[in-house]
Amino acid sequence: MSNSNFTRRGVLKSGAVAGAGVALPTIFTASSAAAYTNEPMGSSVTLGFNVPQSGPYADEGADELRAYQLAVEHLNGEGDGGMMNTFSSKALQGNGILGKKVEYVTGDTQTKSDAARASAKSMIEKDGAVMITGGSSSGVAIAVQGLCQEAGVIFMAGLTHSNDTTGKDKKANGFRHFFNAYMSGAALAPVLAARYGSDRKAYHLTADYTWGWTQEESIVASTEALGWETVNTVKTPLAATDFSSYITPVLQTDADVLVLNHYGGNMVNSLTNAVQFGLREKQVNGRNFEIVVPLFSRLMARGAGENIKGILGSTNWHWSLTDEGSQAFVKSFGTKYGFPPSQAAHTVYCQTLLYADACERAGTFNPCGVVEALEGFEFDGLGNGKTTYRADDHQCFKDVLVVRGKENPTSEFDLLEVVEVTPVEQVTYDPNHPMFAGGNLGACNEGA
Amino acid sequence: MLGLNKKDTRFLLIVIALTLLTPIILQPFPEGSSLAQFNAGYPDLMQRFAIFGIFAIGFNILFGLTGYLSFGHAAFLGVGSYTVVWMYKLLDYNVIWGLPLAIITSGLFALLIGFVSLRRSGIYFSILTLAFAQMSYNLAYSVLTPITNGETGLQVYTDDVQILMGANEPQSPHFFGIVMRENFWVADIGAWEFTFNNGYYFSAVIAILAFYLSLRIFRSPFGLMLRAIKTNQTRLNYTGLNARPYTLAAFVISGMYAGLAGGLLAAMDPLAGAERMQWTASGEVVLMTILGGLGTMMGPVLGAGFIKYFENIFSKINEQVLRQWFGFLPDGLEGAVVWVAEYFVGSGWHLTSGLLFMLVVIFLPGGLVEGGQKLAGLFKRGKSDEDIDDPEHQPKQSPHVAE
Amino acid sequence: MDAILLQILNGLDKGSAYALIALGLTLIFGTLGVVNFAHGALFMIGAFCAVSLQRLLSLSFETVDPTRTDFLGNPLKVKTPYIESWFGPETGAAIIDWSVPLAILFSIPIMLLVGFIMERGLIKHFYKRPHADQILVTFGLAIVLQELVKHWFGANPIQTGAPEAFKGSFDFGVLLGFDPNLIIYPYWRMVYFGFAAVIVAAVFAFLQFTTFGMVVRAGMADRETVGLLGINIDKRFTIMFGLAAAVAGLAGVMYAPINSPNYHMGMDFLVLSFVVVVVGGMGSLPGAVLAGFMLGILESFASMNWIKSMIPGIDQIIIYLVAIAILLTRPRGLMGRKGVMED
Repeated sequence: MSNSNFTRRGVLKSGAVAGAGVALPTIFTASSAAAYTNEPMGSSVTLGFNVPQSGPYADEGADELRAYQLAVEHLNGEGDGGMMNTFSSKALQGNGILGKKVEYVTGDTQTKSDAARASAKSMIEKDGAVMITGGSSSGVAIAVQGLCQEAGVIFMAGLTHSNDTTGKDKKANGFRHFFNAYMSGAALAPVLAARYGSDRKAYHLTADYTWGWTQEESIVASTEALGWETVNTVKTPLAATDFSSYITPVLQTDADVLVLNHYGGNMVNSLTNAVQFGLREKQVNGRNFEIVVPLFSRLMARGAGENIKGILGSTNWHWSLTDEGSQAFVKSFGTKYGFPPSQAAHTVYCQTLLYADACERAGTFNPCGVVEALEGFEFDGLGNGKTTYRADDHQCFKDVLVVRGKENPTSEFDLLEVVEVTPVEQVTYDPNHPMFAGGNLGACNEGA
Repeated sequence: MLGLNKKDTRFLLIVIALTLLTPIILQPFPEGSSLAQFNAGYPDLMQRFAIFGIFAIGFNILFGLTGYLSFGHAAFLGVGSYTVVWMYKLLDYNVIWGLPLAIITSGLFALLIGFVSLRRSGIYFSILTLAFAQMSYNLAYSVLTPITNGETGLQVYTDDVQILMGANEPQSPHFFGIVMRENFWVADIGAWEFTFNNGYYFSAVIAILAFYLSLRIFRSPFGLMLRAIKTNQTRLNYTGLNARPYTLAAFVISGMYAGLAGGLLAAMDPLAGAERMQWTASGEVVLMTILGGLGTMMGPVLGAGFIKYFENIFSKINEQVLRQWFGFLPDGLEGAVVWVAEYFVGSGWHLTSGLLFMLVVIFLPGGLVEGGQKLAGLFKRGKSDEDIDDPEHQPKQSPHVAE
Repeated sequence: MDAILLQILNGLDKGSAYALIALGLTLIFGTLGVVNFAHGALFMIGAFCAVSLQRLLSLSFETVDPTRTDFLGNPLKVKTPYIESWFGPETGAAIIDWSVPLAILFSIPIMLLVGFIMERGLIKHFYKRPHADQILVTFGLAIVLQELVKHWFGANPIQTGAPEAFKGSFDFGVLLGFDPNLIIYPYWRMVYFGFAAVIVAAVFAFLQFTTFGMVVRAGMADRETVGLLGINIDKRFTIMFGLAAAVAGLAGVMYAPINSPNYHMGMDFLVLSFVVVVVGGMGSLPGAVLAGFMLGILESFASMNWIKSMIPGIDQIIIYLVAIAILLTRPRGLMGRKGVMED
């Protein structure tokens, strides 16, 4: 492989433009001037922010972009520094990354694997991005992670909750800060058992695609371990908008808990429908019927309005946390944009900082150096307490929040309240756990 | 030459030249300049131009010639992709196994769907094809996940069998060692950079062959028959001819083109997403064809390029870029201009493409090709309409179709 | 038995939405001969009429409550809708609560206007153009409309609830002698079904019993002859387009409490509504309504667990499967006429 697979546009942006004025037109073939894909040669480094800007998750994508812009400001020493001040690692100086000014390009994943890969490829081939990050669904995250592995750039996943991202489909060049379906189950089940009793009968409605399945599997396993019984698990089409025909059969069973393994618009609609059919007022054997939404998103919860009140779920982070890091981030984000950040915004901000910090500590942008710096990295001060990037699967291990829809919100953002912070030990699993088996991290790829 | 008359030969040569020079033509702005954002000469997008060009050329054989509007051609695109990725998983990364098989499987699939759907005509036909494609998509996303890997898209895992895999074989799609994603030459001329990519030229050569074949079909007695079906099928029936075998043949041929395009997508990038089969993808090729110029040779290719350009270039223009462009304006004005511009770029790229669909169809009823002809007409003042070369061979105006 | 009864109710409800959208689509097809890919967008705009009215009614002024703080630690700004300060908190809250039913009145003039502008400004110029051009221009329009809505309202679903009085559900089962809480149905969904029935009946009565309707029906059957008789068909067709837009819009308004509106809900319904129209038969209004209810009910049945366990994934494809079966056995759908959109 004498020619580079991907362009080294970074070289040209500064080098060639400066030289263009004096030099006669010269033609040279690509030599291996760059040590790795898109090695930044000039005074700046380009990051690729690949988020959904159209389709159902566009609002989450927009919030992610806001957080990215904030992170870039902070890295370049503008603004109030946000969580850089509370981050336990002090390698970042506020002068960009390794002295290079941080620039970025953005793209639209459309929440489709194909479009997301096309967008990421254009960032790598055209814009010389040395790291790709973002996304709001697991299918996209896995597809783009695979691409980054092949291309030899780092992928810092955004919002992706499927077990597969750091399980069956894990890649050496990919890292996930967000929690996963297993962790949701492990954190949620004890709270459910404590509040609703350990002899409940659960009925699952599950979005019929891979994320839905992994979440269903995780929740079923963790609740059954505590004595619950699973009455039925029913798959619903992704394209479904009216869930009435899936909700009414629940009435005919003796189930007393409904678990909605849905996300986004699916979640809003299925929850709204379930409430319409009076499931919240229903009594089964003298006990209240309960609805559970294992993965909460505050942005989406707004669409469900007051139906969300009192419903339990889990989340990666919430702006009402009172630790120093969270408060610094909320202040910084809220001052700039006028509303609190979402969990998607938080996770991508952390990912950007973690990447930058790893480059600083490694002293290079070389993906293999970054991977080495991130593997087993322990840090604090980014809003989730003490956190570890596990070397075995590149998954972050941290506390998980169990939340509940707030009964008396003081504002349109004040929708969730933290019920319990589940300690990290309780959600940690073995890297070879059956739900995560079958994957192979492989070796880091530096491309070029 | 090659069974074409002089005019067509010249046309073909122009197309070949344009295709081969694409990496230069699409890179008009120097690197680092503020307009470099509009450069499209990077491998992935050029590959997409060629591949969706093939898809649209094939679709035009059905829709442009016979007038049968299929709303389910994305299904064949998906089948082609899945076939190629499965060949990677079972045999090895050489595309020589997958691509021909993709044409065959999509052809068979098209034969099946076409045989059933062509029992009806008009919108009833369109809905039948739509129904088949939507069923394929819905199942591929959910129940058929073991075959299609559902949401994520089918991809190759390290533990796949790959029985033909050699010890030194490249670990990504290649054609007898020519690795698709590698560039064989990156030329830096002054401030310009031109990327010559293996995969692009592989797709480009196939696209030229596909174009040539479609040109021959347009000019053949078979093509004439298809046009007769479009003009008046009833009258054709009265002459004692059964139109169905001809339309079915056109349907299968265009399905095979779609399968080839799908296969090439997987040959450039070894992942096959289920969204490729969704109705929006079927609708996209319809839009490409109408936008470019229905029934013309060059139109669908132009339409494909147009839509892919907007999707990939306009979606990447963000506020930061806009501020760079308009930074010279006074602050208040800059804010206003950026605010207006943000409607149309970045997350607003859909809006721009929607508006352009409307503008093109309102002002250029014959599609982009007609726009080109009008432009050409401006430069050739003095010549009467009949004298204007008709390099696009609009079927209505082609007096030489039966040659 | 109770399960089947419930699924029939569900099906009627889904069918109501399908039937209303398909009805408007068929009116446009049948009278104007236009393939309107923007029809889903009209449904979406209707739903956003409800959202807009709710927002208008909730326009608020801010007062500072120094005792509480917002997320940044600043004194909390409490929003009070103007309407609550004008009419008193209770009446004001009740008006906001009733914003969806009120939106029916609000949306009719808006939808008629949207329809008129669309027909006069755009569609009119496409009557004589090929169907392909109609598809392209209306699809472009649909994208433009939904992107504008996305720009103003965001991409997330927006909660637009039914009035408090319609929350909760009605126990059918008790009436029929079943145990309580077995067959219950939400009030608002029953309202939606009733509303759809009224609209369908009104449209049919209008076409059947008015001179205007008679001319339009004649125009649907044979446009040229009616034109030759010296009747100004064009003007009536403009009104028909406005009417079709209003039907789609009303379907959207009333649907808002069932599923929170989002900007792409029109596209979600577009493909389905075309399938419904074609299964019903091109140009047949009763066919469109019948097909709407039929597909709605079949879709509901297909999502029953024992059927799903027999044929996995059947609920994903049932509508398309039925469409294929019907089109192969009945060449022009359920009630289609010969020669409409067959070439």
